[in-house]
Amino acid sequence: MIANYGYKDGSGEYYISIDTDKCISCPAGRACLTACPKGMFEIITDDYDDEVAAVKQSFRRSLAFDCTGCKPAGGYSSLPCMTGCTPGAIKHSW
Amino acid sequence: MYSAGIDMGSRTVKVVFLEELKVDGAPQLKWGVKGKHIMFPEDLDADQAAEKAFDEALQAAGIARDKVTRVVATGAGRKQVKFATADVTEVSAGAKGAVFMCPTARTVIDVGAEEGRGIKADGDGKVVDFAGNEKCAAGAGAFAESMSRALQLSLKDFGQASLRSDKTIPMNAQCTVFAESEVVSLIHSSTPKEDIAKAVLDAVASRVTAMARRVGIEGEVALIGGMVHNVGFVQSLKTALGVDQVLLPEMPEYVSALGAALLAAENK
Repeated sequence: MIANYGYKDGSGEYYISIDTDKCISCPAGRACLTACPKGMFEIITDDYDDEVAAVKQSFRRSLAFDCTGCKPAGGYSSLPCMTGCTPGAIKHSW
Repeated sequence: MYSAGIDMGSRTVKVVFLEELKVDGAPQLKWGVKGKHIMFPEDLDADQAAEKAFDEALQAAGIARDKVTRVVATGAGRKQVKFATADVTEVSAGAKGAVFMCPTARTVIDVGAEEGRGIKADGDGKVVDFAGNEKCAAGAGAFAESMSRALQLSLKDFGQASLRSDKTIPMNAQCTVFAESEVVSLIHSSTPKEDIAKAVLDAVASRVTAMARRVGIEGEVALIGGMVHNVGFVQSLKTALGVDQVLLPEMPEYVSALGAALLAAENK
């Protein structure tokens, strides 16, 4: 399942997509939990009883601001969450 | 014995019971027993509202409480249903119920009072991809309702009025507060009510369509949630999606409760 967390507002579309099928047996040891400097990810048990990563509820309405620090303007050449997630489950829409 | 689904929405509580029958030895489900409870200010305690809705539905259906073996809760207030044996998100329940009601649907658009969402589902009603909008109330039923109040039209007349307009007035604001001020400006500039109604419903449809496009529109599209009753919105949605037909299940506001009941029957 691809879970899209985020929103679209007047300034753009801000979604973090998580391919939860790649999360189920995570070979990266749940690296997303520590890779994100803001600790935006958590592990939840979804409706199909799989343990998968999700964006914490408290960040879902402010991704444009919370992720800014990791974008190129913040000095990063690649996003830590995407780099840490070696199975490639995490994608940003912007 | 019965399984039940309870959808604790932000405005109404919906309950569906499924009877588990054995036909020629094989388990079959019979559904259709339902109840709806509109939440009033005194129901701000969601647990009490859930209890009240469930009791009313049991009474209406003539079912004894001990005959209900499993209750799965869904909706914004699902965690408040203390008597539920499990809970699932609105996304899973909506997909399950929509594909049960419209077996050819693979894209499900759910527009309730509080939030709209686009869901891609497989033939078993399992979610493949979903997107909601955590921030924007302008893609939800409550926005259309508040705009109908601003125009002093009933919700039914609001939808009907929009069908009489052939104008396209873009509403640029993404936020309900700014959108409402755009509507007030249109009222002050003597724009006919039907044109404003169409502008509002086009705006809701365009926001909901953006979510559906995010997951990718595949197969037939089913629309669920209370906005199905708004004929103007259905037309605006068809136009925004660029499709001739949108599947509209019977009793659309019960589809998520039905999905929860189906998941209960599957022993989720």
